[in-house]
Amino acid sequence: MSSAAPVPTGPPTTTRWRGGLGAFLATAKVPLGAVVLAFAFGSVLIWLSSLVTNHQLDLTLPLKAYGAMLEGAGITLDPAAAVNGLVNTLVQSGPLVLGGLAVGVGFKAGLFNIGAQGQFLMGAVAGAGTGAAVASWPGPIAILAALVAGALAGGAWGFIPGILKARTGAHEVVTTIMLNTIAATFIGYLVSGPLLAPGFSFDRTGDIGNAALPILFGTRNLHLGVFVAFAAVPLIWWLLWRSTLGFEIRTVGANPDAARYAGMRPGLITVFTMSLCGLLAGLAGAIEIIGITHFVNASYGTSVGFDSITVALLGQAHPVGIMLAALLFGGMRAGSGLMQIRTQIPVEIVDILQAVVLLFIAADVIVRRVFRIRRAGPKVDEIETVSRSYGAGTTL
Amino acid sequence: MDALNQALAGIPVIGIVWQAVGYLVAAATNPTISGQVLFFATPLILGAMCGIMNERSGVVNIGIEGMMLMAAFFGFLGAGIAAQIMPSDPGPIFGITIPLLIGVLVAILIGMAVSVLHAWLAITIRANQIISGTIINIFAGGLTGYLHALIITPNPGLGGAIFASWQPPADLLNVPVLGWAVNILFAHGPIAITSLIVVVILQILLFRSRWGLRTRAVGEHPKAAETVGINVIRVRYRNVILGGIFAGLAGAFLTLESQGHFQLQLTAGRGFIALAAVIVGRWTPVGAFAAAILFAATDALRIAIGIAPPTGELGTVFQIIPAQFYQALPYIVTIIVLAGVVGRSTPPAADGQPYERESAT
Repeated sequence: MSSAAPVPTGPPTTTRWRGGLGAFLATAKVPLGAVVLAFAFGSVLIWLSSLVTNHQLDLTLPLKAYGAMLEGAGITLDPAAAVNGLVNTLVQSGPLVLGGLAVGVGFKAGLFNIGAQGQFLMGAVAGAGTGAAVASWPGPIAILAALVAGALAGGAWGFIPGILKARTGAHEVVTTIMLNTIAATFIGYLVSGPLLAPGFSFDRTGDIGNAALPILFGTRNLHLGVFVAFAAVPLIWWLLWRSTLGFEIRTVGANPDAARYAGMRPGLITVFTMSLCGLLAGLAGAIEIIGITHFVNASYGTSVGFDSITVALLGQAHPVGIMLAALLFGGMRAGSGLMQIRTQIPVEIVDILQAVVLLFIAADVIVRRVFRIRRAGPKVDEIETVSRSYGAGTTL
Repeated sequence: MDALNQALAGIPVIGIVWQAVGYLVAAATNPTISGQVLFFATPLILGAMCGIMNERSGVVNIGIEGMMLMAAFFGFLGAGIAAQIMPSDPGPIFGITIPLLIGVLVAILIGMAVSVLHAWLAITIRANQIISGTIINIFAGGLTGYLHALIITPNPGLGGAIFASWQPPADLLNVPVLGWAVNILFAHGPIAITSLIVVVILQILLFRSRWGLRTRAVGEHPKAAETVGINVIRVRYRNVILGGIFAGLAGAFLTLESQGHFQLQLTAGRGFIALAAVIVGRWTPVGAFAAAILFAATDALRIAIGIAPPTGELGTVFQIIPAQFYQALPYIVTIIVLAGVVGRSTPPAADGQPYERESAT
């Protein structure tokens, strides 16, 4: 209706990274600058914190803290610590890769999937419940069953906002926010009701037995699921830039009206994309459960859903960018424990840094002024479609 | 009467409904249950007023949750530190002390400060407003968690004082209908009572004042507003920052009137329920108030069922409905309303769209 969607300005949004480190750096200048500025902001915060922890201004504390974080993430000369840290980084990055893709693919279709959180939770509880039910089946089949159940549950949780937007115009931002909390309460119900396992001192799902993902290479925690997560990166890249479906997704994301005139069906694409997003996040949830925690309790929660938004935006909604951003934040999560032990700087600083990274991505003028980047780097242009569709009277 | 009651309760289906009505009436007339409704609703009402101030002028705010969380934390911290510097006995009215007032002031200022950031990102930078709200939510969770570990955990004795509720005289409470209404609406602390006043004033101002007309014009059609001489940018800035006051008050309520202490993720999704109340209440203060009261009443009902479950067939029905269903109800209702299944709710037309002034050439 009144949402006169403007013709997309500039070149079409096929920001493919045509080879070469130079091209990569040109694309990644603003995100890298945002990360650098965020760490600088974190240093100021740590200086202020040193007044509380050490009762005096410790100017070297940021170096110590970030050094410990790097060491914990595997950037260290001690080979044993390095392997351990890198494994932790990979394990922490796995769910962020899938979660980041779950948000990023949505962006490509002009959808803002705030619901990765809820989709992840649904995948987790479905994976845990199915895993417990098939615990005595042969390993590979049990694992496959749990993963498929998780992906389907997440997919269903993405399908709901998709079909609601396509059919009624209910904006996915609001519906996914609501579905996030519904998922959390639904887990509480399932774990204290239908999925409750007897014989534990607290409400939780049963043992998953053979459905547990195998740990590889004799490490402590490097499970098979991490590789499944990273394998999604080339698959999604292929889907978005090498398939007809991906072309339609990107066209709808750039301009739904133009896509409709070209004979595409934006409503259908919306439903499909949201379901795919949910599927990816749900898979992440299932992997997290059968790979690491092995059960879900009634108050199971995670930060993956919101981390994923940061990862997707920092990675500019490109699968490779998302993978790199996921590695960065996975490393920060992996290293934050050692940082807190060494320097008493609370691990929550990772969340603060994330928010500040996001702030500098959103306000890229600051980054460009500080680092004198003249050209506005490629952005997630489809965000414009998200903004346009929020107000009244927009239906697909 | 009893015989009629028994006879009606015996009929299938209608009987259950009759029993449910009876239970609800009993709960509503029970002062300890119905008296809690506004207490539960206050943060939702105030958060929703923040949302309305934002969205009516065309700025989406999904960061209410984070604004409330930060305000709750810093209000608590401000009041706690002030109380250590100048310990004071609770005052005669509402137990007001200077440290508590300082806490409220800090909470309001924090709400406004975070709103300035939101306004700058949404209006000046023209960043995506959903991202701006997400930044606020992530930052609030991170910063309050960080400072909680750094400051609150090592000082367990910090804070603890809260505003007292007004105790209406027994004579007034015994007046048939009036006493019931006074108990529900006014037997509360100062912030809860303020929230009622805020709703009334905002409703009148939004639809009966020049400010309200300008706000709605800017939210519906900013370009048209600009052509008649309204400064779109200024109106939006003012509304977003003033809205921060209400988010700040909502946060202050949680730590300084309700709980008296701060724990991690204290807001527990109340900011998102406030957002839900805005939508279900169709972007009007009175509508959002009604939605917030409805959501809070379900909460009170859940507790009532927990304490004194209904007997008979109704009890069986309530036992089948899991407690989590009531928790999820606000969110389910919002989705249903937004999808237009039961009466459609549509946001202001320019909601979420950055405004770019046309260059004056």
